[in-house]
Amino acid sequence: MKNYKISIRQFGRHALLVEWPKKVEEDILLDILKFVRYLKENHLREPEWEFIPAYNSLTLVSRKQNLDYAELKAQILKWYQSKTVVPLKGRSLWRLPVCYEEEFGIDLKDIARQLQLSVEEIIKLHTSSVYTVYGIGFLPGFMYLGGLPAALEVPRKATPRPKVSRGAVALAGKQTGIYPQESPGGWNIIGSCGVPMFNSSKDDPCFVKVGDKIQFYPISKGEYQLQLIENEVGIYKIEKLELDA
Amino acid sequence: MLKILKPGFFSTVQDNGRFGFRDKGVPVSGVMDANAVSKVNALLENEETAAVLEITMTGPTLEFSEETYIALGGALMSASINDSPVSNYTVIKIEKGDVLSYGKLEGGFRAYLGIKNGFKTPAVLGSRSFYFPITEFSSIKDMVELPYDPITDFSPKISEMKVDSGLAKESLKVFHGPEFGELTDGQLKELFAREFTVANQNNRMAYQLNETITGSDLSMLTSATLPGTVQLTPSGKLIILMMDGQTTGGYPRILQLSDKAIGLLAQKKSGDAIRFKL
Repeated sequence: MKNYKISIRQFGRHALLVEWPKKVEEDILLDILKFVRYLKENHLREPEWEFIPAYNSLTLVSRKQNLDYAELKAQILKWYQSKTVVPLKGRSLWRLPVCYEEEFGIDLKDIARQLQLSVEEIIKLHTSSVYTVYGIGFLPGFMYLGGLPAALEVPRKATPRPKVSRGAVALAGKQTGIYPQESPGGWNIIGSCGVPMFNSSKDDPCFVKVGDKIQFYPISKGEYQLQLIENEVGIYKIEKLELDA
Repeated sequence: MLKILKPGFFSTVQDNGRFGFRDKGVPVSGVMDANAVSKVNALLENEETAAVLEITMTGPTLEFSEETYIALGGALMSASINDSPVSNYTVIKIEKGDVLSYGKLEGGFRAYLGIKNGFKTPAVLGSRSFYFPITEFSSIKDMVELPYDPITDFSPKISEMKVDSGLAKESLKVFHGPEFGELTDGQLKELFAREFTVANQNNRMAYQLNETITGSDLSMLTSATLPGTVQLTPSGKLIILMMDGQTTGGYPRILQLSDKAIGLLAQKKSGDAIRFKL
């Protein structure tokens, strides 16, 4: 198994940052996730330790005060070099419905003009890619998705909106994402996804985890409204494919 | 029940935090000044997870519907029970119908009301700490009352504590953040030689500072941030993340406040001075 050159940096007295080469690359992310699994199963137990992977980094946070940084750094390097090969498990591809109708995709016309594409072409491009979840942060359940087609790269809005609705599907730079709750935001809104990305009444409040994949598919307003009702009565099932079967 | 007669400026129920969901983007939350709260809970012989009321700037007016014991701590807010002044870090016996009210802010910024066995608002994802929309409420403003256990038979081992509150302390102990090594000699000098003041933008999510240093144009991939992380923006602004701070960020994380320093900073308000000390 290929080992990357990793570096370790101090992050206060509770935490440590492990970094892989500074690139957005799926192989790097998967190597991080394998190392997380190895550490959890062999050395650093939950809940005392928390693991926050994002892009090319892994932050290890302990609830213990005053970690011995030098000792831990040496151990982690040793563990990484000598770790046994563990396969990944439990990754999923989630298919999420998006209603791109104008009522929800309030910036579609504007970015179609900027990108010199038709609205249909934007929807086609947005739904043709399979995105990788490189991190979850900013807001509870907000996914950092990689894999946006270059033709859809559009700068964030000059003036952020004070209120973006929950479920808004948006574009900015190399990124696309879903606002999991109402919040201020400067991304370009192209549709709405009615699947709640965060539900604090569940033990696992966010069905997606880092390393999962996302694909969007278009639905009509009628289907969108039906799905909202299905969510409310609890019969809606998100389409899912196991990746590590 | 603790009836909320007047909500004051901004008060929330907080415990020691919501752990285990940072990889889903959930901030840890919890009390901003853990130095004060650990003493309040110790006096009441509470578990360290007992929830307290965190009171910012101006206090509420509260009426107790059952007997219990309380202790106050943190900021000096001229608290009184039925109009008789009460002191911080003292166990106070509460009778049915007693009214706790607050007056002028005399020092610090966040006061704490601890209660025997803690407040019993619902725990969500393992914590009672308010963080909207994970919890139903963002503050006590829209609430009528807060639940607690009636207690009649408590004899505290220590009824009073002399506490060096540290409310006036300006020096914040910091450690290296991950990008500390990227700072230039010039930036290091600016960081440690000078005094900074707290900007108007300060809340449970983050404290911004008024004075800037030479900015950083280091390009970063989004990565984890923690309470107490000091971020440096391209324009040279310093942003210190606090307990409700977001779990990831894209700015260099140059310093990390000690736990104690987070508590000290939590007692600062707009215009107050601080210094970083390695």
